[in-house]
Parts: sequence; structure tokens; C-alpha cells
Amino acid sequence: MSEYITPIRTYLAVFLALMALTTITVAVAFLELGPFNDIAAMGIAITKACLVVLYFMHVRHSSRLTKMVVVAGFLWLFILIAFIMSDYLTRGMISLQGPIG
Amino acid sequence: MSDTVTTPPRRKHYLNVDYGIKSWLLTQDHKRIAILYLISITFFFIIGGVMAALIRVELATPLGDLVEADTYNRLFTAHGVLMVFLFLIPSIPAVLGNFLIPLMIGAKDLAFPKLNLGSWYVYNLGALLMVAALLRGGTDTGWTFYTPYSSTFADSEVILTALGAFVVGFSSIMTGLNFIVTIHRMRAPGLTWFRLPLFVWAHYGTSLIQVLGTPVVAIAILLVAAERLLHIGIFDPALGGDPVLFQHLFWFYSHPAVYIMILPSMGVISELIAAFSRKRIFGYKFVAFSSLAIAVLGFLVWGHHLFVSSQSIYAGLIFSVLSMLVAVPSAVKVFNWTATLYQGSISWQTPMIYALGFIGLFVIGGLTGTMLATLGIDMHVHDTYFVVAHFHYIMVGGAIMGYLGGLHFWWPKITGRMYSVFWSKIAAGLIFVGFNLTFFPQFLLGYMGMPRRYHAYPEEFQILNVLSSAGATILGLGYLLPLIYLFWSMRYGERAGDNPWGAYGLEWETSSPPPTLNFDEPPVVTTEAYDYLSLREKKLA
Repeated sequence: MSEYITPIRTYLAVFLALMALTTITVAVAFLELGPFNDIAAMGIAITKACLVVLYFMHVRHSSRLTKMVVVAGFLWLFILIAFIMSDYLTRGMISLQGPIG
Repeated sequence: MSDTVTTPPRRKHYLNVDYGIKSWLLTQDHKRIAILYLISITFFFIIGGVMAALIRVELATPLGDLVEADTYNRLFTAHGVLMVFLFLIPSIPAVLGNFLIPLMIGAKDLAFPKLNLGSWYVYNLGALLMVAALLRGGTDTGWTFYTPYSSTFADSEVILTALGAFVVGFSSIMTGLNFIVTIHRMRAPGLTWFRLPLFVWAHYGTSLIQVLGTPVVAIAILLVAAERLLHIGIFDPALGGDPVLFQHLFWFYSHPAVYIMILPSMGVISELIAAFSRKRIFGYKFVAFSSLAIAVLGFLVWGHHLFVSSQSIYAGLIFSVLSMLVAVPSAVKVFNWTATLYQGSISWQTPMIYALGFIGLFVIGGLTGTMLATLGIDMHVHDTYFVVAHFHYIMVGGAIMGYLGGLHFWWPKITGRMYSVFWSKIAAGLIFVGFNLTFFPQFLLGYMGMPRRYHAYPEEFQILNVLSSAGATILGLGYLLPLIYLFWSMRYGERAGDNPWGAYGLEWETSSPPPTLNFDEPPVVTTEAYDYLSLREKKLA
């Protein structure tokens, strides 16, 4: 199997992008955006994670099987969070007050 | 013995290729590492068994007259922790899987032999931490380490024990990763996915759980440590945390962990049923995919452990329905094994007795599982002996029956020797009877309302408890016998030959015990799995 060799240029570009995104994260923290502060912080963090996984961890030029393994990992994280939220978000939907409470 | 005089010239195999402690402790041979694991897990099985014996002696009378309440808490915690983390989870994968997967797929070894040896050292490091915790007085939280008790109140060795579980988890991940890569990359020419033995499919499913689930419990354990040591509010409401979050994170791994214990056992049962019915497993593909279905669905059901915590009733409803779904692939397996038996040429060898015992006990364990997954019934029997009985039917009646069945089946391959057939059948019978006598009364006790994890109980529960303790004595004897005759067979047992059962599979085509690199000639596969029909035709021809 021929292995794709990432040029140093790409690594440097990704590194600079990560640094830039870090700076933006810090800058955004000083702005008053209400709920959008969290969204911006999470959005930037996810973008950075994707860059690391795709380039530094070589997933972009890996086989489809490797990509599937990566996706499975995130899918399982999603299952974990989604099902836990199915508990937390519906807890308030039942009231014990009333005839039985 | 006379056979020592007439021994043929010594053939080199994995056991006699090298001697000395170093040749074992630094070995990269998957077969030797399997033996190392066998020794470790047997040791901890005995310690965990002694804990169980003490629990059953205490419960023979209603009063707490043998140990104090606090000691009792530490006893059942140690029993649970040792049995789950140090015996059941590594049992079949790390011993039988390690030994057999490369043989079954026609490979020379696992994909990462050093990682394999490393996993054994990591396992022992974790075990050492747990033993240290035990020697310092043990832990009293139960093997589930529920918060806020474990994170805030418990005055015992919680961190050391939990750290042990954390470390042992990595050995489990290493084994799983090794199996996945090996099964993907190292199959012999011609061995397509649908020609793989079902044992390999089951281990593939197990490995997925080990790799995807174990990191979550590791994180949960770290968070408990962070809260205990650094007072970061995660689970403690006083610090802004939520105790139920721990239960979510814990059971996200620990419920699938039950399938880490039972799936490999199901793989063993498929091999045994095929070999001793002389038939291809009925609906091979369904059984193969049911392993994957169990592995995946097993991740979607953890909330059924939280029905009486403050989990939302709506989430409970979803988890209840999803839990029922796991019954489908489980039932596929049981029905297909039964259909395989139909018109098979059945022989009553010791491994087959274990296999048939497994089917009966697993059905009881599984059906009581669906009872527990029903919201209404669970409210009544939650945290009672009904639950204890249920999961012992799965973990002991299922996983250990499969483990022992597999050990008896492949023992001639592992050691090249045959054990006493008579004593092995006696032991299998004792284990089946002893097991049922121990745990069936616990269903009744639980249904009558006896809560688990108490060292004393009202007098009306005594008869059933005495029955249970009596059963445990028989069960203990049943477990002691194999320890004796298997040891005995290593020196005095008859030479078994390469394929004493006339079974089908690559592992039976090499010599017993196999050479270090498994096969003298790299095998090429041209037939389906369990092709007993052609084997019979060849014999007739």
C-alpha cells in the first residue's frame, strides 16, 4: 500500500490555522454575545479537532476502513451524549404534584 | 507411567521450544501469553471465589454473626470487583481468544505480539493496585462505585480500587484492538469473512465493545478521583454536580461489559454445538450478525440500570424498549443452536454438557433480564436478590459455563493431553446442579423482597438462603475438580492426538500442542466453516 506523504507545507498551514483559531477563541471570550459565546467556542474547538484528526493524525489520506473507525468513535460519543440528554431534557416534563403527588 | 518409556522423539512445540522463567515472561507467542493469562485469572477466580464462600457462610443464618456489616460490604465489593474486572472480562478473550484466534484464522500470531504481552503486564499492574487496596482494608462501595457515596462519603480504598479498574481497562482495550486488526488483516488465503468460525465473529463483536466502551468508564473513574481529590463538582450536588451522571457514564461501559463476558462465551458454544452435533451451525450468517447486533444494541440499553434513580421516566421508557430489542439477536442464537441440534449426530462429551447447560441457564438469565427491563416489574425487584440471581445466571451460568466448556474442548490442543473424562463429567454435573441450587432460590428471595447487599435478614428468608449456601458448596466442589484433574492431566493425562474430537477447523489441523508459529505449512482455506458433511463423506469414501 503506497502511503501518502503530507508535505511540510501542509503541516505548517494547519499549525498556523490552529494558532489563529486559538487566538480567535481568546478574542471571542472578551465579546458579549450571550448564548453565542458558547456556540462560537464549541464551533472553533470542533474545527480545531477536525484539523488535528484529518492532518496530524493522517485520517484524510487513510483507507476507508480507518475513516470508518474514526466515524464510529464519534458516533459512539454522540450516542453517549444523546441518550444522557434524553434523560436530562425530559426530567422536568413530569410533575409529581396533582392527584398522586 | 509406561508411556514415558516409549515416548517418540520429542517434537518441538510452543511449550518445549524454550524453558526458564524468562522465556515465559518475555514471550511474544500468543499461546504462551494465553497461558500467562490463564494462570493470572485462575488465581483471581480463586480469591473471588473465597469471598463468595464467606458471603454464603454469613448468609446461612439470619443474624450477622460471622462478619460485621462494614466487613460484609467490603467482602461483596471485593467479590464483584475481582470477578468482573480480573476474571470474567479477560476470561475467554484473553485466554481462549488469545490462544485460538490466530490458529483459527491460519495466522502465525496476533497482529501486535508485543502489545499482547504488554496487555498482560498492564492487567497485572491493575490487579496489583486492586490487591493493594484489598490489603489496606478494601473498598465498601460495591463494584459499581456509585456516587455520591464513592466520591464524597466512603471511607475506604475507593481510589486505589478504581485506579486498578482504570488500568485493567487498558489491557482490555489492547486485547480488543489486537483482535480487530488481526481478524481484518491476517486471515489465511481463502478465509473470507463468511468462512470464519463463529468464535471469531463473537470475538470481533466483543473487541468492538472493548475498544469503544472501555474509555468511557476510564473517564468516569478519573472524574470520581478528580472530585474526591480536587473537589471539582461533577457528581456531588453540593458542588453543582449530578450523581446520576456517574450512573450514566458507568453503565455506558458496564452494561456492554456484560456482553464482553457473554459474547465470547456464545462464540464457544457455537463451536461446541457444531462439533458435537457434527453439523454446520443452522443459519450461520444470522448467528454471525447477531454477535454484531448484540455488540451494537448493547450500547443503547444502559439506562435500564437507572429506572429507580432520578432518571426521567421518558428516558426510562426508551431504554426499556431498547433493552427488549437485545432479546432478539440473543434469541436468534439460542433458536439456531437448538435447530443445529435437530437431527445432528450428538455425542455427550464433557464440553457438550457445558454447552447444553449454557443454553438452559442462559435462557433463564435472558428471560429474567427482559422481566427486569420492564419498568413496572423493575420497580418491585430493583436492588433485590432477583437482580443478583439474574446476572449470576448470565455471568456464571452463561459466561463461566462457556469458559469451562471451551477450556475442556481445547485443553487437548493447548496441552496435548487428555483429562479424565469420568471426573470431568462429574464436575460438569456438579456445577450445573450446584449453580441452580445456589441461584434459583435467590430469584424467589428477591421476588419476596429480600434486598441485596445486607449481611442480615428476617428469619422467614432463612430456608431459601440455606439452600443457596448449600448449592454454593456443591458449586465450589464442581469448580475445584477441574482445577485438580486438569493439572493432573498435564503430566499424567493420555496423549490426546491432534484432533481428539474429530472437530472441524484450522486449529485442529495443526499438531497438539501447536508449534510456535502455529502451522508447518501456511494453510489455504477452500471450504465453508463447520463443513462436517464433507468430513463425513470423506470418511465414508
